[in-house]
Amino acid sequence: MSSTSNPLLEAKGITKYFGTITALENVNLKVHAGECLGVVGDNGAGKSTLMKVLSGLYKPSAGSLFFQGKEEILESPRDSQNLGLEMVYQDLALAGNLPIGENIFLGREPTKNLGILKLLDFNKIKELTNAHLDKLKINVKSADQKVEELSGGQRQAVAIARSTAFNAKVVIMDEPTAALAIKEVGKVLDLINSLKKTGVGVIVISHRMDDIFTVCDRVMALFQGTNFAEASLSNTSRDEVIGWIMGKK
Amino acid sequence: MEDKDKKIESLHLKLIPYFEKYGILLLLVLMILVMHILQPDVFLSWRNVTNVFKQISWQSMLALGVFMVIVTAGIDLSVGSIMMLSLMILAVVAKAGAPWFIVVLTPLIAGFLCGLFNGLGITLLRMPHPFIMTLGTLYIFRGAGNLISGGTPISGFTDEVRYLGHGRIDLQWLGLEKSQYLPVSLVLIAIVYIIFWIFLNKSKTGKWIYAIGGNPNAARASGINVNKILIIVYSLCGFLSGIGALILAGRTDSGYPNAGLQSELDAIAACIIGGASFFGGRGTVLGVFAGVMIMGILRNGLNLMDVSSFWQQVLIGSIIVLAVYIDVLRRDIGTRK
Repeated sequence: MSSTSNPLLEAKGITKYFGTITALENVNLKVHAGECLGVVGDNGAGKSTLMKVLSGLYKPSAGSLFFQGKEEILESPRDSQNLGLEMVYQDLALAGNLPIGENIFLGREPTKNLGILKLLDFNKIKELTNAHLDKLKINVKSADQKVEELSGGQRQAVAIARSTAFNAKVVIMDEPTAALAIKEVGKVLDLINSLKKTGVGVIVISHRMDDIFTVCDRVMALFQGTNFAEASLSNTSRDEVIGWIMGKK
Repeated sequence: MEDKDKKIESLHLKLIPYFEKYGILLLLVLMILVMHILQPDVFLSWRNVTNVFKQISWQSMLALGVFMVIVTAGIDLSVGSIMMLSLMILAVVAKAGAPWFIVVLTPLIAGFLCGLFNGLGITLLRMPHPFIMTLGTLYIFRGAGNLISGGTPISGFTDEVRYLGHGRIDLQWLGLEKSQYLPVSLVLIAIVYIIFWIFLNKSKTGKWIYAIGGNPNAARASGINVNKILIIVYSLCGFLSGIGALILAGRTDSGYPNAGLQSELDAIAACIIGGASFFGGRGTVLGVFAGVMIMGILRNGLNLMDVSSFWQQVLIGSIIVLAVYIDVLRRDIGTRK
């Protein structure tokens, strides 16, 4: 992806205060279509805060967001979803008591009219879920299975499926492999690669160098709430990136 | 061998949802059978069956309201007091000579407003748990009810006001005897339960209520306004308690200070027996109905057999513990560890 094309998503000068604490100061970030940006940083470096700003959960104290070249102000997660900006949270944000399909469409359920009543269209939920899971090559027994019956990797896959069910253009993933068994990590990374091929811009926050060096095209490091370093993957090494996390260049 | 395991596993997966949905009905049917064997002449007689339904009529409203709240992983301890306050307001308005259609609306509005008060308190005052807010309003609403009535019973309502709790639907046109009537309260229970079944299972809001109970963060991240949904749930719970007050007014023809005393605990017990989980997100309307019926039949059956009410308490308590233990076992099978 050439760096001269317009970025899908660009954050400029993002600053976020919590009371007297400065969580982010003048942070810039951009991601292009079909590109994966890795964001690394130590605990407290501001990764999660930045992601919450991008998803509309926090309002930045200063700075602006541009989506496809247009400035956008996000008031809530619903606003960012409407733009095609989706977030996969570390705690997955799935309701274990609901089936896979209802999780994927939670908050955006298709309905049908029965007289004056607007009722959920369960057939359509099932149909769309199966088609979408097929597209992403995610294997589960049935779209009716409850999420609490799934393995960690399957849950992560459902969370990613959920984030891409509505023509997502940018997907932000917070530690997508942190909670997974080793044999499941590969599947999730494959899923990220196939997302990139469909032209989705992906931002991955991760502590795992393996993840970053398997799926990312570019990596940026945050240190104490500021941009510390950034490079394309071909121009850096694991040791250098690990050094950035610890604040060494 | 592996194929066989897979078959058994998929059979489990197919059976568990049915067991989860209908298991409690088995218990109910079993109880009815036992009672019938113990009291073959009386228990399943028209008179006794309609009696059971009349006795559970107002409890079933409180239980349904509390059930919705429990699905969100909350609790409402104030339903008994909401019912008492709504009943007292009804009584005062009736005594003031208001026309019947105003009188029947007052408990519904009063109940709704009490529930709204709970909902606003829990969300706006950011109470650490609904237990605290509704424990407070348990006292507040009952105190308010005594304040407006002076703490004395107020009796004597018109037939229109008493219709839902006391009315009879004559079935003589079906060739039945005059004593074989249908209580209006039974029809009311059926209508209200069907409406709430549709609401909870087929509407977006209903689905979101379950989602909030399953994982409030997931609901929030999905763009669901969790506080708004909680306010709706507590308001509806109050509204149902108001319906309970209207039924009770019909049944007893009186507003009295002890109305609904400790009935919040009966309502919670019915939900738990019916399979609702205190951790939220789990339970069915059918289960609550079965829970209410089980408690009603137990009380009725033990009364018929002249067993002391102290034993009724012991038995109901035991059934709560047993029902929850069955739930624990069920989850062990159904959930991946």
